[in-house]
Amino acid sequence: MREATATLPALHPVSAGDLRRRIWLVQVGFGALAVAACIGAPLVGPTTISLRQVFDTTIPFGQNVDAQIFFIARLPRAFAGALVGGSLAAAGVVLQALLRNPLATPFTLGVSAGASLGAMLVITLGVPLTLLGSAAVPVASFAGALGALAIVYFLATMRRQGLSTLVLLLAGVTLNSLFSAIILFVQYLADPSQTLQSVRWVMGNLDVGSYRPLVWALGPMGLAFVAFARLPRALNLLTLGADSAAVRGIDVLRTQRVAFLSASLATGAAVAVGGPIGFIGIIVPHLVRLLVGADHRLVLPASIGLGAAFLVVCDVAARTVLSPMELPVGVITAMLGGPFFLWLLVRNR
Amino acid sequence: MLHAEHVSFSYDARPVLHDIDVSVPTGGLVGVLGPNGSGKTTLLKLLAGLLPPATGHITLDDLDITAMDRRMLARRIAVVPQETELAFDYSVLEIVLMGRYPHLQTFELEGPADLEIARRTLAATGTAHLEQRTFRTLSGGEKQRVVMASALAQFERVPGASDGQDIAPDEDANPTRVLLLDEPTSSLDLSFQLATATLIAELNRTYRTTAVVCTHDLNFAAGLCRDLVLLRDGRVVASGPTDEVLTPDTIGAVYDVEADVHRHETTQHLTVVPLARL
Repeated sequence: MREATATLPALHPVSAGDLRRRIWLVQVGFGALAVAACIGAPLVGPTTISLRQVFDTTIPFGQNVDAQIFFIARLPRAFAGALVGGSLAAAGVVLQALLRNPLATPFTLGVSAGASLGAMLVITLGVPLTLLGSAAVPVASFAGALGALAIVYFLATMRRQGLSTLVLLLAGVTLNSLFSAIILFVQYLADPSQTLQSVRWVMGNLDVGSYRPLVWALGPMGLAFVAFARLPRALNLLTLGADSAAVRGIDVLRTQRVAFLSASLATGAAVAVGGPIGFIGIIVPHLVRLLVGADHRLVLPASIGLGAAFLVVCDVAARTVLSPMELPVGVITAMLGGPFFLWLLVRNR
Repeated sequence: MLHAEHVSFSYDARPVLHDIDVSVPTGGLVGVLGPNGSGKTTLLKLLAGLLPPATGHITLDDLDITAMDRRMLARRIAVVPQETELAFDYSVLEIVLMGRYPHLQTFELEGPADLEIARRTLAATGTAHLEQRTFRTLSGGEKQRVVMASALAQFERVPGASDGQDIAPDEDANPTRVLLLDEPTSSLDLSFQLATATLIAELNRTYRTTAVVCTHDLNFAAGLCRDLVLLRDGRVVASGPTDEVLTPDTIGAVYDVEADVHRHETTQHLTVVPLARL
């Protein structure tokens, strides 16, 4: 008898109670991982601070320098990493199931290209900067993401009554190229300092500066996560194919619509906060599948936790490896994640 | 009874089925035969409720299936497609448990009863030993049996649970449960073809599972099915008991092939030997 290869057989549920326990373990375990990363990350930096003193309530906050560095200077950045990482990983899981393609990423359907174009236009034209202040770039990139989402969705639904995942994929890929071309065109016309700024934006940066951008991002992300909570079992069935899902009682069109819109919303918000940080959306879901199997009730929560923790840790590396110089976090995710992912692939096949 | 009455269907502007009348009695075993492009698969999709008929009605025990709730319909009609390809590595047990979807609420997990049902359908399809295997590593024949187990799991009611009560107001003790199979033998070797035929016949006999089988294989259908529907260009050319329908004349009319039809001595089934193209 051939042995199961890619997933670890012993980890598959063997009883129903087992599944309940495993879901609980995954939620608590990967959740704790994300929380640990968020608490640990602000402790690392040019000024060494002590966790004990940060939470020492006998010192008033105004005089507690460690607490100020922790909560004001560094924690927003850790939260940004957690929100962006969790959102991108979750969006990757949802889109891979929707498109039935393990190579899909949150950026496959053009949402991030739309976001980049929005950000680029604001950086280069500079005009709306005065209108919205520092929020101009994230607002513009989120608007660009929504614009791309609307175009792709309209194209995928305009023929027949269903939602064509093939058209979705083709429209997304085409929009990616089209928007990239417009971005290059705009950059070509811009002056070098603006080009540098926009290139930096594309590399990703989680230095949000305060909690305010995160509060804004929580709106669309929260909406997306409410949708994610209802999706996992339907996503399991969607991977059997649309017809096989429908004959098992799934409202396929509604599930596809919810999956696409929620994943795009989460991606748009994540990109607005941190720029198009690559690799999280593909490496984390795959890593998680190797650990917990294919059931989306396990994969989705585990990916959110691991995505959050992974990006927070990558960001710590980004700001410490060549300190005081800071590396773009997108470079770190790919450089840390790539070889590790390849090693996992080779080890398990 | 599953009944298609005056059903027509077109893809965009291309008509595929014209005024089809097919009735599948409860506990029946019906084969749908016809050349490529005759509308077999489309008919199957209509019977499964995956496509709405342009005209006419499809009823299950006198209820219009287009008006039925998807989940309620899923407890009564299941489909075994020609092939099932997965993007991710689910275990065999996970695949079979997916058949329990129409019985579970949004956040409800499969309970011990669902697991019991999954194991029973695995046993019924002779795949119990594959339970912990990864679906993608199975052979074509094994995959098909596992998908059949998953389809059967849709039908089973949890004893004592209330989930069956809202199926239909007039539900009797033995409602029609239909397994629709699309080309079940197309990718199987001779031994698995035989095993599939035996399995379908057994399910039909033991559980009174009503089965509709679309197939190219005339001899497979002749040996398995009590009734046949012969399609050509989206029209029913002949339908009725296998012994009456499967004649050289109808085969000629459907396939443009001259054929010899005789009764096999050992099996007593009709056997078709194609002789020449007409």
